[in-house]
Amino acid sequence: MAQVTISSVNKIYPNGFHAVKDADFHIKDGEFIVLVGPSGCGKSTLLRMFAGLEDISTGEIAIDDRVVNDVDPAQRDIAMVFQNYALYPHMTVYKNMAYGLKRAKKSKEDIEIAVQKVAKMLDLTPLLDRKPSQLSGGQRQRVAMGRAIVRSPKLFLFDEPLSNLDAKLRSQMRIEVRRLQRDLGVTSVYVTHDQVEAMTMADRIVVLNAGKIEQIGTPAQIYQSPASVFVATFMGAPPMNMLEGGFKDGTLTLSGGGVIPHHSHGANGPVSIGIRPEKVTLQAEETPGALPFTYEFTEDLGAVKLVHGLLGGERFIVHTHEEAIIGDDAKFLSIDGGSVHVFDVNTGQRID
Amino acid sequence: MKRVQFRRPIFPFLLLIPQLAIIAVFFYWPAGEAIRGSFYLEDPFGFSSTYVGMDNYTDTVTGSEYVSVAKFTLGFTAVVAFFSLALALLLAVKADSVLRGAKTYRTLLMWVYAIAPPVAGLFGILLFDQAIGPFTKIAQSIGWDFKLGVNYWDSATAMVIVAVWKQIPINFIFFLAGMQSVPMAVREAALIDDPSGPSRFFHVIFPLLAPTAFFLLIINITYALFDTFGIIDILHKGEPGNNPVTLVYKVYLDGFRGNDLGGSSAQSVILMVLVLILTVVQFRFMERRVHYT
Ligand SMILES: Nc1ncnc2c1ncn2[C@@H]1O[C@H](COP(=O)(O)OP(=O)(O)OP(=O)(O)O)[C@@H](O)[C@H]1O
Ligand SMILES: [Mg+2]
Repeated sequence: MAQVTISSVNKIYPNGFHAVKDADFHIKDGEFIVLVGPSGCGKSTLLRMFAGLEDISTGEIAIDDRVVNDVDPAQRDIAMVFQNYALYPHMTVYKNMAYGLKRAKKSKEDIEIAVQKVAKMLDLTPLLDRKPSQLSGGQRQRVAMGRAIVRSPKLFLFDEPLSNLDAKLRSQMRIEVRRLQRDLGVTSVYVTHDQVEAMTMADRIVVLNAGKIEQIGTPAQIYQSPASVFVATFMGAPPMNMLEGGFKDGTLTLSGGGVIPHHSHGANGPVSIGIRPEKVTLQAEETPGALPFTYEFTEDLGAVKLVHGLLGGERFIVHTHEEAIIGDDAKFLSIDGGSVHVFDVNTGQRID
Repeated sequence: MKRVQFRRPIFPFLLLIPQLAIIAVFFYWPAGEAIRGSFYLEDPFGFSSTYVGMDNYTDTVTGSEYVSVAKFTLGFTAVVAFFSLALALLLAVKADSVLRGAKTYRTLLMWVYAIAPPVAGLFGILLFDQAIGPFTKIAQSIGWDFKLGVNYWDSATAMVIVAVWKQIPINFIFFLAGMQSVPMAVREAALIDDPSGPSRFFHVIFPLLAPTAFFLLIINITYALFDTFGIIDILHKGEPGNNPVTLVYKVYLDGFRGNDLGGSSAQSVILMVLVLILTVVQFRFMERRVHYT
């Protein structure tokens, strides 16, 4: 159990590529942090700097007040779960789990007790004598988890540990991983590009874009007040609708026509307007404040429907459960109060 | 893989004929001749031959010279295989840490393998030449009166050095390829689990190289036993005198120099059995070999 401080950390690869830019944040004891962002944004690079698998170009990472920049991976008191599990192919499950403890000079009895306990926790007991090649993907994943847990580290590092599993197993393991982490209380950093994983698992999410941290916050904060257009469109499925518009004499209007209800009255000028697909209602009749909507087609996902159409001439998706008002009946759209996001057109930063 | 189905099963056999013919003419026929010849006593001019049963074999294996050559061959094979493997592994470990993926170095080292054994032998002669050989000079400077072709153990040393030098590149390539196929993530997992580099090599990398190492061991034993003929012949300038020779070289000496065709045949049959055993061992192992995935 530990807290981690990341102070102005930069990573510049030998070829000059600046992969992580000025990362600066603090992880509380026992917290589950998820690093999320599109492919190539530097998530793994940042995680690998925690592990010591990648040098820190500038800045400092401290685990419990000990700066670990120059500490060997094996001495950092961390454990890592890799995307393809990285199990030792020639060792049995038992040996895979015991190897780290053995090299940390633990006694045979202690190792036996620790491995058996973790094996029981993860239902691995009947598999202890198997080699990794004799296991299913899900079982390998659990062994990789077990190998990390058995070392009782201060910090867990996960690099997309569930991405090789099928959808059903993935959602099971998501819950499993989070439950284990809560029970053990070990501080964790978890990398994923899956926003469902990020939203459901994280205590706090760190959104990365091209090496820069866009926003750090709880899933609720990220969802309710995204700090930038990038965060707004990256988190949420389907993504937030972005429309062009501007403030004119204190009211927020769409470029394509129509007044958007909004609490603040920014300075005159163009802005980007973000509206979540699930924060609007389709209707057949015009009501005060409703905007005209042009229906195009519907994606039916069973429980929910995604209605595609045009609002003020721009593409707009509506996420709805309603059976009644879809199809060409959907002529108007009203926006739920307090759910409009406004961003600077140039910097993409949120304007409150 | 794409499977081609031939309608008539004769056609594939037609395609095989040239290969089968070559094997028959250059391998099975001489081998058969050797087996037959090993039971006969032939007069040196080939006019007559007498069936003598197992006499050639008993004479061979009880001959004191044969026993001493066999002992030398055993030692030579062990030393050559050990040093070619050990040095190649050492080089591969070093190379692997420096150049993950660089191909030029690998290719450069591979060139040595393209040198034919007699040419390697010629290099050896230059290296160990009494007047101009750098090795001789170095040996003399530390007080070792090195005389190739005169002192038994000096010749043996030269044979081992040239044979090892010739074999290192192929071992190196195999070891390096083996090391580079160890997944990066597995190395990294070991890095997190184990603070000691040598221990990581011993516990993680080397076990993953074991199949490669075993394969190379068989290859190297075969090499030292049989393929060193050219090196030995050149180093001894065709005149072995009382210099050390291997069993294969003795087959040649007895058969072509000594004109003892029966004895020579018996010796080659013994060597054939040896090859057979090595092959069986290798195939057995390959079958049982764990396929890591
Ligand atoms: N050794 C390296 N040398 C130079 N550039 C590198 C190196 N490793 C990674 N990069 C670059 O750094 C950037 C970040 O890589 P990283 O692996 O951290 O991405 P990621 O966010 O984990 O992406 P993914 O979701 O695809 O795993 C990428 O643009 C990548 O091309
Ligand atoms: Mg990655």
